Amino acid sequence: MTMTPTAKRNSAFGTMARSNTAVGLFFMLPAAVFLICFLTYPLGLGVWLGFTDAKIGRDGVFIGIENYQALANDSVFWMAVYNTVLYTFIASILKFGFGLWLAMILNEHLPFKSFFRAIILLPWVVPTVLSALAFWWIYDAQFSIISWSLMQLGWIDGPINFLGDPNNARASVIAANVWRGIPFVAISLLAGLQTIPQSLHEAASLDGATGWQRFRFITLPMLTPIIAVVMTFSVLFTFTDFQLIYVLTKGGPVNATHLMATLSFQRGIPGGQLGEGAAIAVAMIPFLLASILFSFFGLQRRKWQQGGQD
Amino acid sequence: MASVEFADVRKSFGTHPVIKGVDIKIEDGEFVILVGPSGCGKSTLLRMLAGLENISAGEIKIGGQVVNGLAPKERDIAMVFQNYALYPHMTVADNMAFSLTLKRASKAEIEKRVKPAAEILGLTPLLDRFPRQLSGGQRQRVAMGRAIVRDPQVFLFDEPLSNLDAKLRVAMRAEIKELHQRLKTTTVYVTHDQIEAMTMADKIVVMHDGLVEQIGAPLELYDQPANLFVASFIGSPAMNMIKGKLDPSSTLKFKTDNGVELPVAKAPESAKGRALIYGLRPEHMTIVDGGIPAEVVVIEPTGSETQMIMRVGGDLVTGVFHQRINAKPGETVGLSIHAEATYLFDAETGKRLV
Repeated sequence: MTMTPTAKRNSAFGTMARSNTAVGLFFMLPAAVFLICFLTYPLGLGVWLGFTDAKIGRDGVFIGIENYQALANDSVFWMAVYNTVLYTFIASILKFGFGLWLAMILNEHLPFKSFFRAIILLPWVVPTVLSALAFWWIYDAQFSIISWSLMQLGWIDGPINFLGDPNNARASVIAANVWRGIPFVAISLLAGLQTIPQSLHEAASLDGATGWQRFRFITLPMLTPIIAVVMTFSVLFTFTDFQLIYVLTKGGPVNATHLMATLSFQRGIPGGQLGEGAAIAVAMIPFLLASILFSFFGLQRRKWQQGGQD
Repeated sequence: MASVEFADVRKSFGTHPVIKGVDIKIEDGEFVILVGPSGCGKSTLLRMLAGLENISAGEIKIGGQVVNGLAPKERDIAMVFQNYALYPHMTVADNMAFSLTLKRASKAEIEKRVKPAAEILGLTPLLDRFPRQLSGGQRQRVAMGRAIVRDPQVFLFDEPLSNLDAKLRVAMRAEIKELHQRLKTTTVYVTHDQIEAMTMADKIVVMHDGLVEQIGAPLELYDQPANLFVASFIGSPAMNMIKGKLDPSSTLKFKTDNGVELPVAKAPESAKGRALIYGLRPEHMTIVDGGIPAEVVVIEPTGSETQMIMRVGGDLVTGVFHQRINAKPGETVGLSIHAEATYLFDAETGKRLV
């Protein structure tokens, strides 16, 4: 008699355990809760705020696309868009160029190879704010080591106004971003380079390929899938950069280095215009989506990667 | 086409010598196989010929010209790699035409060279495929096609069949041999498989521990091995090696350390009293009534022949017989040994005496 209820409970539990869908949903629950609370809700809230006139300390009311209309006529916003695109474009190209070059060097048989590989990661592991502070000193209007060195060499007469002149400031923050971003690109591409079998290079050199031809016909095409992933991430990181600008220039001089992320913060938090700040942040989404789509199509398996067993 | 010559070639990785002075002469149009156990330096030697490894000392000549300082692409050689090294992002046709593309050959010229090569190897229907879409044997053929299109002075093969299954290996063996007979290009082929070497080569170079043990035609190595290493390496199943001495009373009798008397056809007087090794190929014995008593340990019938492992005195002896044998493990059979086909080696130096 006492056995019956236990047996029943077992079978009920058994039915659920046997249903893969139910078990699957059950195990997905923690991750789903986490994603909804910390990603979907804030994102949704941000989009919603973009359609309100919320200010700090005051719930906004729905005002439709008024914020966006205001932004469309806001020269500072367009300056930030221009800066962001320029910043992302130039920094990504430089990071790719230097990163690939560095990866190729590190892929050769060098003495102390693993030491160099480790050291190359340093800019990446140093907290951004710390390296930005160091750059702040390097770019200081009076005490810059670059100005000092050039003056000692007799190449210039006075210190360079790194962060005070709009174009100098843009170049300076791009240089700092490139310095910080190269390791990620270099190490990822190095990993990609190491998947290319040595025998392919040997076969190509027997086929009469010069060093450049081996790079052009073997290395580069075989590296494209990795390049697509790495550069997508690099572009996303650069486009949404905030810390470096905030420490170095705070968007100045005269908004010349404001990126969309810093402008959004500036308007939303210190400026108190939550709705407008949110609208600027939302305006970044199309750009990010475009770069993700670009990589999605770039990442699709190429024809030569399909078929076969191994 | 060209002759190839190695003259006292040496190679060290750091302080570790891997090739310790190799002299080989390869005639124009010859099919030469470098064979030896793994680590004997045969692949390194091939890569040195290709220019993929530096030469530490000595000279390598292709067509009479010293190539020590020449880059791989200046040596006019084509190589088939163990893993085929096909360019995965190029079609079969592009793989085969790659060397011509690099030389900026015209489309018509490329077609003219690729087509017949594809024809020879039966690759015509596969020209638009990518390497991933091919089977192992097909990839192997593409790698050979790429070499043929080059029309080089010398073909190099680096263990090209070791990634194929047993059946395909036998088929490709015949194909490569046929290809050589058709093109008559000097070929240097590296393998660790002595059967490949025996079946394909005009001339075999047996290598061991960075040195050449013996150079000769396949049957020459089989019939007249210079030393214990070659004798044990060539032939399958391997030659039986039995320790013992010549009988003091007669050079025609060999006494094993276990006290069994074995026949010898002829032996020099000087061999008397020295520690010797008696070499007997498994196929050089028959079963007769009243022969040398041998206890059957394992019997392996394969249909056309029967392999048997027997205990003669205390020594294990492998025999291959073309007769059907009804013996069971544990039973004793009588062995008749073909004395004129046996060998005697010096146990100390390993050199063959008879």
